[in-house]
Amino acid sequence: MTQSKQIFGYRRENGRVGIRNHVIILPLDDLSNAASEAVANNIKGTLALPHHYGRLQFGEDLELHFRTLIGTGSNPNVAACVVIGIEPGWTKRVVDGIARTGKPVTGFSIEQQGDIATIAAASRTAKEYLHWASEIRREPCGIEDLWISHKCGESDTTSGIGANPTVGNLVDKLDPLGATNCFGETSELTGAELLCKDRAVTPEIGEKFYATWKAYMDEVIEPHKTNDLSESQPTKGNIEGGLTTIEEKALGNLQKIGKHTSYIDVLKPAEEPKSGPGLYFMDTSSAAAECVTLQAAAGFVVHVFPTGQGNIIGHPIEPVIKLTANPRTVRTMGEHVDLDVSGILRRELTMDEAGDLLIDMTIRTCNGRLTAAEALGHREFVMTKLYRSA
Amino acid sequence: MTNKKEPNSPPDFLVHDDVDSVGVIVVEKSTARQTLTGWVIDTNETVTVDAIDDIPLGHKIALTDLADGDKVIKYGFPIGRTVASISKGGHVHVHNTKTEKW
Repeated sequence: MTQSKQIFGYRRENGRVGIRNHVIILPLDDLSNAASEAVANNIKGTLALPHHYGRLQFGEDLELHFRTLIGTGSNPNVAACVVIGIEPGWTKRVVDGIARTGKPVTGFSIEQQGDIATIAAASRTAKEYLHWASEIRREPCGIEDLWISHKCGESDTTSGIGANPTVGNLVDKLDPLGATNCFGETSELTGAELLCKDRAVTPEIGEKFYATWKAYMDEVIEPHKTNDLSESQPTKGNIEGGLTTIEEKALGNLQKIGKHTSYIDVLKPAEEPKSGPGLYFMDTSSAAAECVTLQAAAGFVVHVFPTGQGNIIGHPIEPVIKLTANPRTVRTMGEHVDLDVSGILRRELTMDEAGDLLIDMTIRTCNGRLTAAEALGHREFVMTKLYRSA
Repeated sequence: MTNKKEPNSPPDFLVHDDVDSVGVIVVEKSTARQTLTGWVIDTNETVTVDAIDDIPLGHKIALTDLADGDKVIKYGFPIGRTVASISKGGHVHVHNTKTEKW
C-alpha cells in the first residue's frame, strides 16, 4: 500500500479518538423522545437519538439498555451529551456512566417540571455544549486509534464473492497496524460456526464463541421457530439475490474477517473491548440497525458495511460506509453506495486493489467525508431487547 | 484469490473453490442454451457450462448433475441439500435446495 494513512480525529478526555463531533440529546426512555427532539430542534447542530424502550425492563435486558445508552453517550464521536429521562434516578445512572469518560454531560428529568420547562433548561445546556464543541479541532492520529466495526446486509452471492472479502482484505491489512476491529451476527454464522470457532486466537476463545452461538440456537431459535426460517434467514432480499440457505449466507458472511486474522475475544452485546487492539467477535443480532447500534455503543467509531441487494442503513453517530460488488445495485441505487467494487466480478479489480480502495474510503470518512447514509439522513438507532418488559 | 490481472474477458459465472458443485452467475442476462464461461477463483482456471435454464444475476448454476438428496457444495463446504434432481446447467435455488440447519 502506498496511500497515506494519516488520520485527523478528535482526541477525547479519555484518550480515545472520534471522527465526528456530535452534541447529542439522549432520551433515557420512550417517554422522553418528544422533549429530546424538541431540544435538538431548538439548538441547530445537535442531534436527538429517539428510541422505543427504557420502561419496566429488568435483569440482563435492563443492563443491556443501560450499557447501550451509556456506551452511545461515551462513544468518542460524541463531544458532549444531554440526557433526558422521565424521572431522575435512572437518568442519573446514565449521566454518571457517561461522565466516567470525562466529557461534559448533564441530565434533566421531566416529572414535577413538565416537558416545556425541561426543554427550556436542556436547550440552554445543549447550546453551551454546542458552542464549546464547535471550537474543538481535529488533530493527527493513527490507524491504532481507529475502532472499526463491520456488518453486512441485504447480502447476495456478490457479497460473498466481492464486497465481504474486500472488508476481509481491510481487516488483514489494518489488524497488523494496531487497529481494533469488530464483527458480530451470531445467528448468521450458522453453517460456518465451526470455521469461525477455528479462527479464534486460542482454543479457549474459540469455545467461548461456540458457546455463545450454541446458546442463541438453543434459547432463541429452537423454542421460537415455526418453520425453517424461510424469508427471515435468509431474507426475501437475500433470496432474490440468489442466496439459497443460511449455510451459504454464513460462509459468505465470514469472508469479512479476512484470510488470516484471528479474533482475540468474544464480547457481550454493546460490551467495550478491553483486551487491546485486535479483532473481536460481538454477540449481536444479524439485523443491521440492531448490530450497528450495539457496536457503536461498544465504542466503535466507523463502520464498513458491504451490501448486495442494497441495504440503506445508517447510524446517528457512527458513520456507515456502504460498499457493493453488485453492478445492478450500483446502477439502480447508486446514491447509497460509497464504494463500487463490482469490478471484482468482471476481473477488472483484484481483491488487493479493492481492499486498498476501501482503506482509502475509510480514511477519507474518518477525516470528514460524509457517507452516503449521512448525506441521506439515515440515523437508525435501534436498541436490542432481550425479552418482554415486566 | 489471485492477485494477478488476467487479460481474459469478463466471466459469465464465478466458482469459489474447485470442488464446488455450483457457480454464481455474475452477468445480468444469462439464458438457457447459452454456453457460459466461468472463472474458478481458487485455481484461476476457466470452465464452460451449457445453461439449460434462464438464471438471474447472483443465482447459482449446477456445474454437475445433482441427484435428489445430494449435498450442494460452495466455498468448498456444504450449503444445503437438494430436494429434487438438478441437471448440469440448471438453476439451483430455493425451489430445489434446502438448508440442513433450521
